[in-house]
Amino acid sequence: MGWIFVASLVIALALVHKPLGDYIHRVYTTTKHNGVERFLYRLVGVQPDAEQKWGVYARGVLAFSVISLLALYGLQRLQDKLFLSLGFAPVPDHIAWNTAVSFVTNTNWQAYSGESTMGHLVQMSGLAVQNFVSAAVGMAVAIALVRGFARRGSDTLGNFWVDLVRGTIRVLLPLAFVGALVLVAGGLVQNFVGPHEITALTGGPQNLTGGPVASQEVIKELGTNGGGFYNTNSAHPFENATSWTNWFEIFLILLIPFALPRTFGKMVGQPRQGYAILAVMGIIALAGITLTNVFELGGDATVPQAVGAAMEGKDVRFGVANSATFAAATTLTSTGAVNSFHDSYTPIGGMMTLFNMMLGEVAPGGVGAGLYGMLVLAVITVFVAGLMVGRTPEYLGKKIGSREIKLASMYFLVTPILVLAGTAVAMGNEAGLAAMLNSGPHGFSEILYAFTSASNNNGSAFGGVTVNTPWYDVALGLCMLLGRFLPIIFVLALAGSLARQKPAPESAGTLPTHRPQFVGMVVGVTLILVALTFLPALALGPLAEGLLS
Amino acid sequence: MERMPSWIRLHLAALRALLVLTAVTGVIYPLAVTGVAQALFTGQANGSLVEKDGKVVGSALIGQSFEGHREYFQSRPSAAGDGYDMLSTAASNLGPEDVVDVLPVPGAKDDEGDPDEGRQSLLTQVCARSKAIGELEGVSGARPYCTSDGVGAVLKVFPAVGAPTRAVSVNQACPSRPFVAEYQGVRVECGRPGEDYAAGRTVPVRGNVSDVEVPADAVTASGSGLDPHISLAYAELQARRVAEERGVDVGRVRQLIGEHTTGRALGFMGEPAVNVLELNLALDKE
Repeated sequence: MGWIFVASLVIALALVHKPLGDYIHRVYTTTKHNGVERFLYRLVGVQPDAEQKWGVYARGVLAFSVISLLALYGLQRLQDKLFLSLGFAPVPDHIAWNTAVSFVTNTNWQAYSGESTMGHLVQMSGLAVQNFVSAAVGMAVAIALVRGFARRGSDTLGNFWVDLVRGTIRVLLPLAFVGALVLVAGGLVQNFVGPHEITALTGGPQNLTGGPVASQEVIKELGTNGGGFYNTNSAHPFENATSWTNWFEIFLILLIPFALPRTFGKMVGQPRQGYAILAVMGIIALAGITLTNVFELGGDATVPQAVGAAMEGKDVRFGVANSATFAAATTLTSTGAVNSFHDSYTPIGGMMTLFNMMLGEVAPGGVGAGLYGMLVLAVITVFVAGLMVGRTPEYLGKKIGSREIKLASMYFLVTPILVLAGTAVAMGNEAGLAAMLNSGPHGFSEILYAFTSASNNNGSAFGGVTVNTPWYDVALGLCMLLGRFLPIIFVLALAGSLARQKPAPESAGTLPTHRPQFVGMVVGVTLILVALTFLPALALGPLAEGLLS
Repeated sequence: MERMPSWIRLHLAALRALLVLTAVTGVIYPLAVTGVAQALFTGQANGSLVEKDGKVVGSALIGQSFEGHREYFQSRPSAAGDGYDMLSTAASNLGPEDVVDVLPVPGAKDDEGDPDEGRQSLLTQVCARSKAIGELEGVSGARPYCTSDGVGAVLKVFPAVGAPTRAVSVNQACPSRPFVAEYQGVRVECGRPGEDYAAGRTVPVRGNVSDVEVPADAVTASGSGLDPHISLAYAELQARRVAEERGVDVGRVRQLIGEHTTGRALGFMGEPAVNVLELNLALDKE
């Protein structure tokens, strides 16, 4: 049954990726602004037809993110003074900082417990807004990079404000609206009720919670954000009521990331280049999902053997297989929502979720972030291939010269440095070590997972680690910030230098980048780079745990 | 306006963009969704509430604890607060190799001055639940890696590498009798509370239990801490006790289980699941 579940997702995505990718292509290439958008641009005070150089575009991204961060921090700190706070106190400063960073960077790491910390206003007008706009920022950056490949001898990459508004209004909002209603039909709540006590069947008290959950849940998945309305995220029945809402949420997670390669292919005028990128993403994703399923269903560890199945931390309506599929989807993208708790996974099943993130979340990755990450890997592959045959590397007619490969390399190096240095610092000081729930290799895995998740802007956790301490809130907050914005700056700089080039005509010596050979090479480069970087760390954590048992 | 430095103008534009987009996605959108959802799907949007005698007794989607009520079907173990607490939803987050307990030291106090309770490993929690459910339902609660007294069957062997010279059944506090007398020729000791066995090699012992009668979902905590369902197997196991307690025919109870079982959606999504609250409500109506 688990295999039919995966197959049905593949079929559904195969059916929609083309129309959606074409639609997104139209959204970002049309020169027409509709009435609502013109009104919005007037309110914002920007010229929608002004083209921006990469530096201006990047400054727009950063300015918008800084303001978002400050506003979200302020909203949390002042929630008791505003309405719909449900009587909750202001969010403590370190948690507010961590949460603000986390939602602005599309990470949605949860250092807080939704039902006991955040009022409805913060959730709906703070957190959910960032779910929309951080995803729109990711898409905007990806589109800017694609324009870098598509344009010839151009100084500019488009207009950030236009890309931001269009991504939000034309792509995310309509999909979210429809999706939210589908989820409500499945049983998700959508109201403004606060916690209230009722008398349960046996006569004892039970607190029921409410909130605008469905409208936030849908964009949490669609925007690959992952921050749950409640503490137990998509395991909570009010966030994920049935086995079919579970299917639908996984579908939403994968929807836009798998449609963007089509958009890319159309924008560069060669749809087959998009299919090549899609094939790389699809191969890695299927392998990741399959292996996570195999290891979880195998249940190879002492407790799952005693239990008879890896059911700890999983709900009955999902079962082991569909939980594993969700876990793989959420870590292959930058979502980080969970419908089961990875900390209780089998050692190797849990390692798969870690490994998925370590791939850099490119298969298919976060909304926008997955595409630009994968294109950077394609650039690196072209460069490696060029070295092998002794030709100037080119991708889509653009020369990958010293400036380009330096930017691509720096992009790639950011997250491993943050993950490994962060884990090392945490393991080397008292405040870091104090947070482990489990001891031995599993405790190390918890810390490694936390830094991998933060630096890759994923947001899922080996939940046992106690991260709502000031030390972790600050350290992981920094990892999230640097892990998001350094790569974005490198990508936009790369886009700027690619856009300036006039494409070289194709010759007999040009490496074709749409054939299976190239697809295989990108897959290989991705896996080898990641394995070389992270294998020692994995050996100390999940591999050691799996082998010792 | 025009005299302002460009970086200030940039951040003002950013602020205005955020405010405008907040109005659209953070106010208009959720209100619109709420409006339509309340109109079209009133029941679901308000939490799928279930009533008994005109009074709300819970939500069909949220599990409740029926502990201590033998006449009701029991839910799964829950790590949410003291169990099924919607204000502190949680999973246990204990790892798959969490097998060694910290035994309570008799007479010792913890940080808050309460008697020391030690810490039960996930394995011991599973074994203890299995034993208790076995006793409640009148079946065997035995499982692999569990002792007959309901803790994890785990040895610490010293030295960690090489031929063993000492073996301790770490989860069985003295003076209990270890679940095996010997390990590779070495006599097995009982665990002494307060002693640090961390240096030894951990050896979980599978034992030779072949017939496990208590299902997996009955001995594990769910992810949400609010799991409203149990497996068909666990419902079957409880049917006889519930029928006896209520003095109704076990066939009728089985029929009600069938009526409150959700199959796989479209035949392939998720797992069949029995809704405990709805089933218990139906029993009350009999």
